[in-house]
Amino acid sequence: MLSELKNNHHLSIMTKIKTLTDLKHLKDKIQLKNGLGKSGDKSEQIIQIKVGMATCGIASGAKEVMKYLIEECEHLAVDANVKQTGCLGYCYAEPMIEVLIPGSKPKVFGYVNNKKVREIIENYIIKGEQVEGEIPISFKTINN
Amino acid sequence: MTDPKKQFRIALRNCGLIDPEQIEDYIEQDGYFALGKCIIELSPEMVIDEIKNSGLRGRGGGGFPTGLKWEITKNVENNQKYVVCNADEGDPGAFMDRSILEGDPHSVLEAMAICGYCIGADTGLIYIRAEYPLAIERLKIAIKQAEEYGLIGDEILGSDFNFKIELRYGAGAFVCGEETALIHSMEGLRGEPTFKPPFPSVSGYMGKPTNVNNVETFASVPVIINKGANWFNKIGTEKSKGTKVFALAGKVNNVGLAEVPMGTTLREVIFEIGGGIIDGKEFKSVQTGGPSGGCLTKDFLDVPIDYDNLIAVGSMMGSGGMIVMDEDDCMVAIAKFYLEFTLEESCGKCNPCRIGNKRLHEILDKITSGKGTEEDIEKLKILSDVIKDTSLCGLGQTSPNPVLSTIANFGHEYLAHVKDGKCPAGQCKSLLRYDIIEDLCTGCTLCFRHCPVGAITGERRSPHFIDQSLCIKCGVCFEKCKFNAITLT
Ligand SMILES: Cc1cc2nc3c(=O)[nH]c(=O)nc-3n(C[C@H](O)[C@H](O)[C@H](O)COP(=O)(O)O)c2cc1C
Ligand code: SF4
Ligand code: SF4
Ligand code: SF4
Repeated sequence: MLSELKNNHHLSIMTKIKTLTDLKHLKDKIQLKNGLGKSGDKSEQIIQIKVGMATCGIASGAKEVMKYLIEECEHLAVDANVKQTGCLGYCYAEPMIEVLIPGSKPKVFGYVNNKKVREIIENYIIKGEQVEGEIPISFKTINN
Repeated sequence: MTDPKKQFRIALRNCGLIDPEQIEDYIEQDGYFALGKCIIELSPEMVIDEIKNSGLRGRGGGGFPTGLKWEITKNVENNQKYVVCNADEGDPGAFMDRSILEGDPHSVLEAMAICGYCIGADTGLIYIRAEYPLAIERLKIAIKQAEEYGLIGDEILGSDFNFKIELRYGAGAFVCGEETALIHSMEGLRGEPTFKPPFPSVSGYMGKPTNVNNVETFASVPVIINKGANWFNKIGTEKSKGTKVFALAGKVNNVGLAEVPMGTTLREVIFEIGGGIIDGKEFKSVQTGGPSGGCLTKDFLDVPIDYDNLIAVGSMMGSGGMIVMDEDDCMVAIAKFYLEFTLEESCGKCNPCRIGNKRLHEILDKITSGKGTEEDIEKLKILSDVIKDTSLCGLGQTSPNPVLSTIANFGHEYLAHVKDGKCPAGQCKSLLRYDIIEDLCTGCTLCFRHCPVGAITGERRSPHFIDQSLCIKCGVCFEKCKFNAITLT
């Protein structure tokens, strides 16, 4: 679903992974591509926007938000990688989007609608201003 | 806002962070490295030891040690075995498993393959309810992508281990989450439980040894392999290791998912992660364990959550539903609600469950409509014990728990219903009483004109009167009166 909307980042040819080393190489390749690998230059990373697209998010209108987000980024010439993700667990605040600007801390916004999308793009992403509606995310995962 | 960091995400580690429809996102988070490590570097025995040492217990409700289950299934000789993932998730209010499957399907596929490697199975089956279309769609995409990369299929990572995964659909009956019923349903038979033993590990799907685990159990496995049993077993309590995902619902501000280390208290989950009770109302009770669980009072808020502690206080872990109730909830009505669910979902195979629960429900209904007696409360207890002792499967064996726990913890509410004819929470309509206070009534006739059943009489400019035998307790008069002349007791 929605694959027609996404910036698809499938590595174009899926070759079978035949050894554990192949798997490690693939991971390195993916990291490099996402600019997170050892040699990846952080300044060249682009903005990432994730939209919570689990049942809870979609039920609250996340599909519409994602579509609008992609249109508005294009319209306002913001070079961002918009992708879908699952449920962050803060279902009460859906639809939710996470904005990662290289060099800044990720921000999660809740109760997002089209108006909020515009505000986030224009004020937060473009002008770097504070935008209301941030959801404080606080959990440890296995890597921190 | 404080930053309590009470949550620790293992099963949910990737949910909301990666794109579940892109296997590369999962691989970037070390996805399939645990499987690779197992089949290339470890023997099945070594993997099973690791899972055993981790202390992982089943997250589907029973809490059976996962490593031990794998070992038992491994040790049954047979050239055909199966790995089954139980994604039936039938508890009202529970959606942990759905979120994992929608947000990180590969974590489950990877773990099923690891289990297959350990027990000697070449086929995995995911039993999922048809009401989860998005989870099904994402699982299908995930299986296809993993097959394309050769991470599932024949000769995985150049080894001689083959493993394929298929989906099986359930119609959403709660009892089909019980493992024997689930297996019968997959075989195309009626989804009814059968007596154990034989356990599925010995004779399961198509009579073959079958290892059944829950979605969340599986989702924790790759982390244990990657991080090590000793990393995992440092989290949690003495007998319950790791974390548990709860679906917080009811009268709590932050409805959603919370994954916390075992040993976290109910208070921390409800008041810190859950943000407390809606509209600042008073907490009354928390229900864990779904229709099999119990309702706990505020006296239990500081109990550290783990399998054994919850059972000790008369509830249970269950699959992770956590429903919070406030001062406006009537505990007798809550018990009745769960019984309604049970009645609806009982497969009807055995009498104590089919008929006994119906009787329990009738008595509860009698109490909530104001016709109950103290004797009825005793009857509830006796009947509950019989149902628990004589039912065939877990559904019947646990179905009286909501009744027993509300009687034990909220006995005064039952007594108020049967002795004083009052519902303290004001929920049981039949027990409400609207009266007009003569001295305050101006005889404006407003209530008389709005009463839908003509229960109010009175002359203009003289006090009105409610005929209790006609009143249907709709509350319209109470709302309409501009002189506060109507009381609700
Ligand atoms: C009435 C009933 C319903 C159940 N529903 C589920 C369910 O929806 N999901 C689940 O994983 N286990 C459910 N179980 C438990 C399963 O029978 C089984 O113990 C479990 O799937 C084993 O996996 P685990 O060891 O990983 O928890 C249910 C049990 C009973 C008695
Ligand atoms: S206890 Fe209830 S659900 Fe279980 S087998 Fe008997 S009738 Fe069916
Ligand atoms: S509660 Fe409803 S039915 Fe009863 S007297 Fe008032 S308006 Fe009439
Ligand atoms: S609305 Fe109030 S004041 Fe008017 S007649 Fe009814 S009880 Fe009396």
